[in-house]
Amino acid sequence: MVTLVLPRLISFEGMSRRAASVTERNLSTLRSAYWVVLVSGFLEPVLYLFSIGVGVGALIGDIRLPSGEVVGYAEFVAPAMLAAAAMTGALSETTFNFFGKMKFVRLYEGILATPVRPIEIALGELAWAMVRGLIYSVAFVVIMVLLDLTTAARALAMLPATLLIGIAFGALGMAVSTIIRSWQDFDLIAAGQFALFLFSGTFVPPTGYPAVLRWLVEVTPLYRSVDLVRALSTGTTGWLQALDVAYLLALAALGLTVAGRRMERQLCK
Amino acid sequence: MEPHPTAPPAAQNPTEDFLIHARGLVKRFGDFTAVDGIDVDVRRGEAFGFLGPNGAGKSSTMRMIGCVSPPTSGVLEILGLDPRRDGPRIRARLGVCPQLDNLDIELTARENLTTYARFFGIGRREARRRADELLEFVQLAERADSKVEPLSGGMKRRLTIARAMVNQPEVVLLDEPTTGLDPQARHLVWERLFRLKQQGVTLVLTTHYMDEAEQLCDRLVVMDGGRIVAEGSPRELIERYSTREVVELRFNADDQRAYAEKLDGIGERLEVLPDRVLLYVDDGDEATAEVHRRSLSPASVLARRSSLEDVFLHLTGRTLVD
Repeated sequence: MVTLVLPRLISFEGMSRRAASVTERNLSTLRSAYWVVLVSGFLEPVLYLFSIGVGVGALIGDIRLPSGEVVGYAEFVAPAMLAAAAMTGALSETTFNFFGKMKFVRLYEGILATPVRPIEIALGELAWAMVRGLIYSVAFVVIMVLLDLTTAARALAMLPATLLIGIAFGALGMAVSTIIRSWQDFDLIAAGQFALFLFSGTFVPPTGYPAVLRWLVEVTPLYRSVDLVRALSTGTTGWLQALDVAYLLALAALGLTVAGRRMERQLCK
Repeated sequence: MEPHPTAPPAAQNPTEDFLIHARGLVKRFGDFTAVDGIDVDVRRGEAFGFLGPNGAGKSSTMRMIGCVSPPTSGVLEILGLDPRRDGPRIRARLGVCPQLDNLDIELTARENLTTYARFFGIGRREARRRADELLEFVQLAERADSKVEPLSGGMKRRLTIARAMVNQPEVVLLDEPTTGLDPQARHLVWERLFRLKQQGVTLVLTTHYMDEAEQLCDRLVVMDGGRIVAEGSPRELIERYSTREVVELRFNADDQRAYAEKLDGIGERLEVLPDRVLLYVDDGDEATAEVHRRSLSPASVLARRSSLEDVFLHLTGRTLVD
């Protein structure tokens, strides 16, 4: 029994160790230039929060949540910005950067000559995107607490949710990156990302949309993310949030499977 | 560098003597057959070369041996293991120097080695120790903290070779190790590779430089169109497929072919090129004398020893492949 099970355990353990070595490689590239990228990624949701959440919010007044609770507009927008930031952080690492590493600087070809396998590269890159996403999230929830848009306890509960969002979008981003062929295709991704950002119940509750549009919005991954974070932020969690979590977990599993398989096919021809 | 700590256990199966063992190995990409049924055996400690023009299937073979490209069919065993099943375990004991440098441009020379060591699960301190030792070995210690970009082609190649050594491999695969390097850089790379060989590391390399093959390889195969067309030591191949010497004659004429008839019967074989005629002979001086005896006066005569290049061109033809 031991001889049957043990080798598998060891190879599984090796898997996480090898994936971690890929994450570690990214950590050692962290230099001055990269901090600029990190800061700009953090600034974006903060700017939206102040310009629209606080600024435009002053003209809008209060918003009624599906749960019936009434919150200020900034309280409504802030969790959506947090969810969107988790998406953006994960996507920028797993689309643009990942694509470049895979197809142009041939980084993964070098790594695959070692015991590291394609799925382990994918997991390592995903973990890295999570590290980056978590930095944004922590900074952002601190601001939310400081502006009294949520409580410290709720802010802590939101962090694992942003991680889950990051994993789901990161896996999706990697899968998409293995499918697209050129840098031009990133314009399409950016356009799609921006459409998601604007219409996923971020600034306007989709309850105001026509039925078909509303249905369409509610099946998008960012809507499910916003729904999850907003419920946590306003303390209105219910069964619907279990659906959000299941949805994001499924997306992560699907994305990782597709990315791992396609990487194997493209890099190990 | 010390010899390898992980000496393999005594022969567990008949092919353990061969670090690489292939029978009827085939690699197809769609309709295109890159490797068309080759048999290869590489013994521990030898330097083995794959020679061939571009597109002969050398790199495809190397990628299969490196366990990053699954064979389409045939038998392939590396270090007595099956690449289809034991890829990570085999790769842990191989060093790979690819044809195109794929160094990590975001890292320094030293970080390239330490980071790579981590992919093999080597501890941080040990990684750092090996990195410094290897940078010394490839004469890059002074550039340890330099990024990759400003390094010259020869330095990058040396760094890639150092990177391939970071896991103290039993076999090092080198795909065209000196292509694109200037003569000084080539000789430095050869010298380092020769030292690795002396340390008992098995070298498997591809090249289309005949001098490289003659310098480094104990044994080699010539590949053409995905098949092996000849096999042996450089000396054996020259003896088998060429003559001891070659005389190159240049005539002041537009068409060298006119002289072919007049030279008939000198040496074993004669080849007419657009700019010269080659005579494959045992004794170059004797052949030159015979040319003059026939009152032919070539503009230039060069009698030289036959080289692997003659073998290569004889076997793979003179037509341009791509």
